Amino acid sequence: MQEKFEPKIVGFLCRWCAYTGADLAGTSRIKYPPNINPIRVNCTGRVDPTLVLKALASGADGVLIGGCHPGDCHYTNGNIKTLRRFKLLQNMLDQFGIEKERVRLEWVSASEGERYARVVESMTEEIRNLGPLNWKRKEMEVIA
Amino acid sequence: MTSPKIAFNWASSCGGCEIAVLELGTKLVELKDKIDIVFWPVALDFKYSDLESMPDKNIDVTFFNGAIQNSENEHLAQLFRAKSKLLVAFGACAYMGGIPALANTKSKQQIFNSSYKETPTTDNPQNITPQTKFIVPEGELTIPKFYNTVKTLDQVVDVDYYVPGCPPVGSQIEKVVGTILSGELPPKGAILGASDKSLCHECKLEKTDRKVSKLVRTYETIPDPKRCLLEQGIICMGPATRGGCGAICLDANSPCRGCYGPLPNVIDQGAKMLSALASVFDAESEEDIRKLADSVVDPIGTFYRFGLARSLLRRTKE
Repeated sequence: MQEKFEPKIVGFLCRWCAYTGADLAGTSRIKYPPNINPIRVNCTGRVDPTLVLKALASGADGVLIGGCHPGDCHYTNGNIKTLRRFKLLQNMLDQFGIEKERVRLEWVSASEGERYARVVESMTEEIRNLGPLNWKRKEMEVIA
Repeated sequence: MTSPKIAFNWASSCGGCEIAVLELGTKLVELKDKIDIVFWPVALDFKYSDLESMPDKNIDVTFFNGAIQNSENEHLAQLFRAKSKLLVAFGACAYMGGIPALANTKSKQQIFNSSYKETPTTDNPQNITPQTKFIVPEGELTIPKFYNTVKTLDQVVDVDYYVPGCPPVGSQIEKVVGTILSGELPPKGAILGASDKSLCHECKLEKTDRKVSKLVRTYETIPDPKRCLLEQGIICMGPATRGGCGAICLDANSPCRGCYGPLPNVIDQGAKMLSALASVFDAESEEDIRKLADSVVDPIGTFYRFGLARSLLRRTKE
């Protein structure tokens, strides 16, 4: 029998909203898949596209960038800066052949523990259906 | 003291890097008395057997240009590594894949189909594509194996120094040769013949803090020759590219395409340029941002024009 594929997701979560939302999900004992590895950043505006590419190239099956809803950014507009980059990044990842579902930008406020759990849940399921990204393994077959 | 032995080699590239050396002109003649050139396909007739018969570490410095796209390129890379004391990745292709690495957006099969079958001018009724071996009455013929993925020189052998540029500009080549001949060698892995600041530092165009609401491609406009091209909506790789070339493309009113590669401590040039471009977008709503992002026609070809093989993802998924 084939073992169930467990996606590895890296989450870059802003400390003011999404990370606090994730904390709330935890303290409220909301159940959600353990597939996400959250990394706290001060603002999604700090999430250089290099970080996303590096995560994917190093073996992640997906990346979640979680920030404050537009208008709520602790630093006024860091999340909008991220949105500008994200649209470009999405188009570029599409050209690389990486499915849209693997890299998501989601707005989660500090009070939305439930929403955070549902985002992680849906993302995990979508990626599970897509299967592993396996970028590292592909690298090995470069000469073929 | 005998004069240092220098070799140049040409792998998967257009040959422009070797022409760039020829552009040194009369200075090359002066240099000729100081060095002994032992291998140089573009100008002198040496055979691979000459190279193979040399003892190991016989060549003092090899300037290796071109990416690694087939088994011959790789074989020569290994041969030059064994025969040379110093191996220099010379030019954008050897350093980061260069234009040939854009082949990494396709598979070997797609490239063969396009080159040998689908191009309108192709006349190939038997659908023949290159085979590495072919038997003829006189015996077996072989050609190098074409790789699925283009690699940089340092992805196949150990490299001592890098000289960026497509091609490296003449004045910088002179400096690099001077540095190496002086014997005062920089630390291994150094980027020679370039600056540590972005191209924008040497670009003379006027920069304000203007944002853009529309991107234009170079053929669609004649830019104002005094103002920053990025602020005129033309994608210019300057902010994410190492300087040192003297901004010669900008002098010709043409945007930088990034051939000098990433800045120091930058892992991925394309990711940095993507960020820089997004930062000049004059758009707040998701809809407007999407429109601007969608107007970048070929993101990989724009952000990784010369650096796909050296990027984090290196190639597209098949």
